[in-house]
Amino acid sequence: MNMIEFHSVTVQFTGVKALSQVDLNIEKGEVHVLVGENGAGKSTLIKLLSGVHTPTEGSILFDGHPFTPTTPRDAIKAGIRVVYQELNLLPYLSVAENIFFERLPQKHGLVDFKKLYADTEVHLQEVGLEVSPQTPVEHLSIAQMQLVEIAKALSSDSKLVVFDEPTASLTPREIDRLFVLIKNLRKKGVTIIYISHRLQEFIEIGDRITILRNGTKVGTWGIRDLTTDEIVKQMIGKDIGSGYPYRNDVVPGEVVLSVQNLAYMGGPATGVSFAVRRGEILGIGGLIGAGRTETMRALFGADPKRGGRVLLDGKEITIDSPLDAVNHGICLLTEDRKNQGLILDMSCAANTTITNLRRVSRFGILDKSAERKVSEQYVRELAIKTSSIDQLARNLSGGNQQKIVLAKWLFRSARIIILDGPTRGIDVGAKFEIYTLIGELAAAGKSVIIVSSEMPELLGICQRILVFSKGTLAGELHRSEFSQEAVLSLAYKAYLTVPRQTIGKDAPQ
Amino acid sequence: MNAQKITRSLLREAGIGVALLLLSVVFIFFAPNFATFANLRNIFTQISINTVIAIGMTFVILLAGIDLSVGSVLALCAVVAGLIISNPSLPVGVAILLSILSSVAIGMVCGLFNGFVSERWKIASFVVTLGMLNIARGLALEVSHSRTIFMFPKAFTMAGDLTLLGIPFIFLIAVTLVVLAHFILSKTVFGRLIYAIGNNEEAVRLSGHNPMKYKIIAFVICGATVGIAAIMYMMRLQIASPILGVGFELSAIAAVVIGGTSMLGGKGSLIGTFLGACIIGVLNNGLLLIGLGDFARQIITGFIIILAVILDTYRYRLSKALST
Repeated sequence: MNMIEFHSVTVQFTGVKALSQVDLNIEKGEVHVLVGENGAGKSTLIKLLSGVHTPTEGSILFDGHPFTPTTPRDAIKAGIRVVYQELNLLPYLSVAENIFFERLPQKHGLVDFKKLYADTEVHLQEVGLEVSPQTPVEHLSIAQMQLVEIAKALSSDSKLVVFDEPTASLTPREIDRLFVLIKNLRKKGVTIIYISHRLQEFIEIGDRITILRNGTKVGTWGIRDLTTDEIVKQMIGKDIGSGYPYRNDVVPGEVVLSVQNLAYMGGPATGVSFAVRRGEILGIGGLIGAGRTETMRALFGADPKRGGRVLLDGKEITIDSPLDAVNHGICLLTEDRKNQGLILDMSCAANTTITNLRRVSRFGILDKSAERKVSEQYVRELAIKTSSIDQLARNLSGGNQQKIVLAKWLFRSARIIILDGPTRGIDVGAKFEIYTLIGELAAAGKSVIIVSSEMPELLGICQRILVFSKGTLAGELHRSEFSQEAVLSLAYKAYLTVPRQTIGKDAPQ
Repeated sequence: MNAQKITRSLLREAGIGVALLLLSVVFIFFAPNFATFANLRNIFTQISINTVIAIGMTFVILLAGIDLSVGSVLALCAVVAGLIISNPSLPVGVAILLSILSSVAIGMVCGLFNGFVSERWKIASFVVTLGMLNIARGLALEVSHSRTIFMFPKAFTMAGDLTLLGIPFIFLIAVTLVVLAHFILSKTVFGRLIYAIGNNEEAVRLSGHNPMKYKIIAFVICGATVGIAAIMYMMRLQIASPILGVGFELSAIAAVVIGGTSMLGGKGSLIGTFLGACIIGVLNNGLLLIGLGDFARQIITGFIIILAVILDTYRYRLSKALST
């Protein structure tokens, strides 16, 4: 019995075929994994189900009946819930109000808050989020918000739940809990569509897998019928090799930057101390909320520091703002690429040169032809896929947006490059290109610091990994000591010194 | 240059241009004496002052700010300049020069105050400039002892009536400033950063810039244009009064908004602002010639502002659809 049947569905936007003649059956009660590079048509397919898009050709059957939703409301009524990767919560409302936004319990025409909070409590426990239902959403971390999204989707009885990259910002612990949740849903007979870039992950919970490429279906397989290498190959249509492009020819030189007791606001006063060498790729691992992003932002001057010293080439420097950091040759690619890395409504060229406008101007007047040259050079060197350098950054795919952010710092010729989650939400092919680029930067004598929640990538490309735990530095691993277990045990170190019951709680913010 | 980019900018400015053209055609048919040189000169004179203030306002609004104090600051600039220029103990040339400089300087100081206070304490510029609206008006009344100042030197008032090839001198000042400001916004590093900050201030800060500096400068520029507008006003009216400029902020904001600049910052242009000021000027002039009274004109202008913003949202969607 099929929950959903797509019959040669085509979706045509102005000039672009987002989906072309897709036939797809999703069985009742299965966990169906959907993979493909960015732009392969996954999102379009989901938006057909959630009533955002309608097919140009072809038809969709839901539970045996023709399904033609025209608004997201229709989809919800039919029993389809989508957990989007982008968070759609209302920041100033409470967790409870967000979860029950569409159907607040009422009593005499007023909101029945007692019932609202009690019901919310149940759903929060289900997803393992231990915050009060009354907490405003803006006070939550991104991972916690993601859990609220999930709780929201599960709060109503659904026949089909779609997870669009649900684990992008979750820690391994939270992912485990999510998987238990998905397995429970499946037991209850709920059909699940699961979209992810993380190959290891869906093999654990998926039943069948469908691979999309450039808007067409490559095929559907049983999850164990393909190896991860084969999946990657089918996704990109060519073999990229499963390994990481580790550069063992690069030997780190002298210490360039050293940080002493750097503490961020709200973190432990002792802070962290570490050093990075010329040509080194230094990984920063740890759980979400362990203070990695906060420490890097404090180092870069993006947020005020609580204390600590920063030495560059052995001399103490003061960094009170990003401007100071940039002047010392330190740059930061922020975690949130769309809101903090790019100016989405400006061109690729303008985004590239913003870090060093002096180099494309004379007496304060922009030299647009110089700017074109610079921008075109980076588009070529980093293989950025864009129709032209005048294209708005908004219209690029995630991977290409990230390359623009990289380009803007390369243009500033930064010596110390801090990358916070550089491959978050990027497809496999683009990830590999970014790893290669990072290797080239190190080979060129730059020092690269990478913060990442994807452990395989840290293990794959770094020479050394520092593991943060609860705002402190729990330990340091050299390449010879690398293993997932070693990183994990350090990551949990500071949390294990507290009584056992609270281990399950979220890392402090 | 590609077709996409051209279409986008055409949609932005040409749309307003077409609206202006249509409006003019309507008045040519229905408003007696609209299409005469004398009336055209009239319109030029009438829109000059609003155009100059709207230039400064464009900088501020591009940064998602607003300056409500321009009308009051204009009065303050005018009365101080008026007191200096009508001072018989100063040689005429010195008096004129000094009054122009002081008018611009006072405008800039008020702008600096607006910009600094709203940036230093992170207060919405709406509130700070609302305060300045009262402060400047009070100062203007205080300085002038709430009297109107007149008896300006002939050399000065003559400039108000001066024309070049039939075009009023003060309109030429306005157009020159439009061209200059358009150059700054579209061709300089400063202009690029104004748009960038208006679009995403945090990203600009994290790229190693100090957005605060640019935001304060935008308010200072706005103040400077008000100082210049005050002098132009004195040339035209040959008086300086502490009750000048009431409601000027609204006309300037209307010109900017009709010109397609987004109140959320980051989108818009000076050409648009100039065309916006022209639309308001033509509308006022044409409706008057048709024989409508003050009240009816105000009602219609109000509707036009709202209509312009509605049309702008469609234009934005259209240009977005074309660019993908």
